[in-house]
Amino acid sequence: METVFQRPHALLPVPMHYCPGCTHGIVHRLVAEVLDELGIEGKTIGVASVGCSVMNYDYFGCDMVQAPHGRAPAVATGIRRALPDRVVFTYQGDGDLAAIGTGETVHAATRGENITVIFINNAIYGMTGGQMAPTSLPGQVTQTTPYGRDVKTAGYPVRVCEMLATLDGVALAQRVTVDCVKNVRIAKKAIRKAFENQMAGRGYSIVEVLSTCPTNWGMTPQEALEGLREKMIPYYPLGVYKDVTEAQV
Amino acid sequence: MAEKILMKGNEALGEAAIRAGCLHFFGYPITPQTELAAYMAKKMPKVGGTYLQAESEIAAINMVLGASAAGVRAMTSSSSPGISLKGEGISYMAGSDLPGLIINVQRGGPGLGGIQPSQADYWQATRGGGHGDYHILVLAPSTVQEMVDLVSLAFDLAETYRMPAMLLADGMLGQMMEPVSFENVPEPRRVEKPWAANGHENRRPHNVINSLYLSPQTLEDLVVERYQRYQKVQETEQRAEMYRTEDAELVVVAYGASARIAHSAVMQAREEGLKVGLVRPITLWPFPEKALKETLKTAKAYLSVEMSMGQMIDDVRLAIDCRKPVALCSRTGGMIPTPDEVLGKIHAMMGGEA
Repeated sequence: METVFQRPHALLPVPMHYCPGCTHGIVHRLVAEVLDELGIEGKTIGVASVGCSVMNYDYFGCDMVQAPHGRAPAVATGIRRALPDRVVFTYQGDGDLAAIGTGETVHAATRGENITVIFINNAIYGMTGGQMAPTSLPGQVTQTTPYGRDVKTAGYPVRVCEMLATLDGVALAQRVTVDCVKNVRIAKKAIRKAFENQMAGRGYSIVEVLSTCPTNWGMTPQEALEGLREKMIPYYPLGVYKDVTEAQV
Repeated sequence: MAEKILMKGNEALGEAAIRAGCLHFFGYPITPQTELAAYMAKKMPKVGGTYLQAESEIAAINMVLGASAAGVRAMTSSSSPGISLKGEGISYMAGSDLPGLIINVQRGGPGLGGIQPSQADYWQATRGGGHGDYHILVLAPSTVQEMVDLVSLAFDLAETYRMPAMLLADGMLGQMMEPVSFENVPEPRRVEKPWAANGHENRRPHNVINSLYLSPQTLEDLVVERYQRYQKVQETEQRAEMYRTEDAELVVVAYGASARIAHSAVMQAREEGLKVGLVRPITLWPFPEKALKETLKTAKAYLSVEMSMGQMIDDVRLAIDCRKPVALCSRTGGMIPTPDEVLGKIHAMMGGEA
């Protein structure tokens, strides 16, 4: 009998701690599939960041380093400079990448640091129990915006791909989501390209994945996916914001 | 006779690090350590190494964390306000059992303070500087030659014990020029790093460099294990220079630049027939308690000479179990004590015994 579907080798056979309906699991799988397909698990070092995904060092089969909150791009830079023939990726949430680690992110990007960044944007701080994130939508109710995010006092959300696409050092800035099969396939392709860019030495590649947090959004998994389609995608349009391989064609 | 070169302390630190096999330097500009970064920027490309000017002190120490996790010798350097920013990364490195070298060319504080020499970061250095139960190795050179010698030792010890090392200098040592020789710098100790996250090539289970342990029992066990290692460091790695302490009734204790000044004062006091000696700690953590205890045989009192409001004095008291009085001779804020000031204090303490 032919095996047509199985756990990727780069995803370890351990139970994950994620809540039901959380999209981290899908994205983990996509990253692991790409590591398998490119045959690079053994030469890849992943950098886990602080947030819900912090314990992904137990899930990915490649070597892993856990970085201080927001500092994953700096840690990845250190690894990349020390091991020029290796592949390095960071896996960061919105609080990590777009709040406490904005400086590290912008500068790793503008240096054209040859790393791959998987950015999970679910518009909330999940691990600490649902506070406002830099990407929380205007009006969004969270633990720290109980009356809805008032942009007059809490400011506006950060659109990361649009911002980073202005920087010369960025090879790929693409926003995807994983709400349906079609979008999962697009996301996989983007993640693969982000790793291929690094292997070709093209510089900083970021794939922003619009994700759900049913637990802290107070929704069922199904409602969360609908909410993502109705509210998040209009504010954060999917698409390619920068792709140096397209520009070269 | 080894060839000697006239070099600035900061530049000598850079050359010493490269010769110790450190090819990865991550820095951020700050006075008075700037010449070290500039030296690395000039030299690293010539020796196939990495010089990277980070966007902040925080990024720089985390780059060291990453490079060190990958298994190479890596370092950063800064001065007092910048070291505060590195505190987070140092704590994470300690919690992840990572080696690495941090150089602090101290200046006056607190806050932005000043840019003149100071030793006011003693507590920050010897108590860890960041959050959590941990120690780092702290080495304190007092000459440019010793800066060279201790860089190599710092890397060796850091890798042997899997903990960060700090070289605690000050603006005076960083800026002064002295003749140095690199010929006696030993070959780097070869320490295996089977723990490194450098790509497993499908030949071993994946390595994880991490400081997160949500089970309190696991975390306690790990911290206790780390403290057993620290205890071994305290037992075997204390270093101090003793000068005329064999019959000293007053023991002056001073490190780094202060020790040079204290040495002059002690020499003068000896010429006057006063039984004064000097203990110069070379390792500040582990603090040379054995050397201090040794002096209790003859000492009636101690004098801690520091360019701070009195920080090391606590460790002097602890080392001698508070069995003798310990006085303080201190300047701070970038002011440097003169040998006459120290001698005046010695006279005051020795009274008419001379």
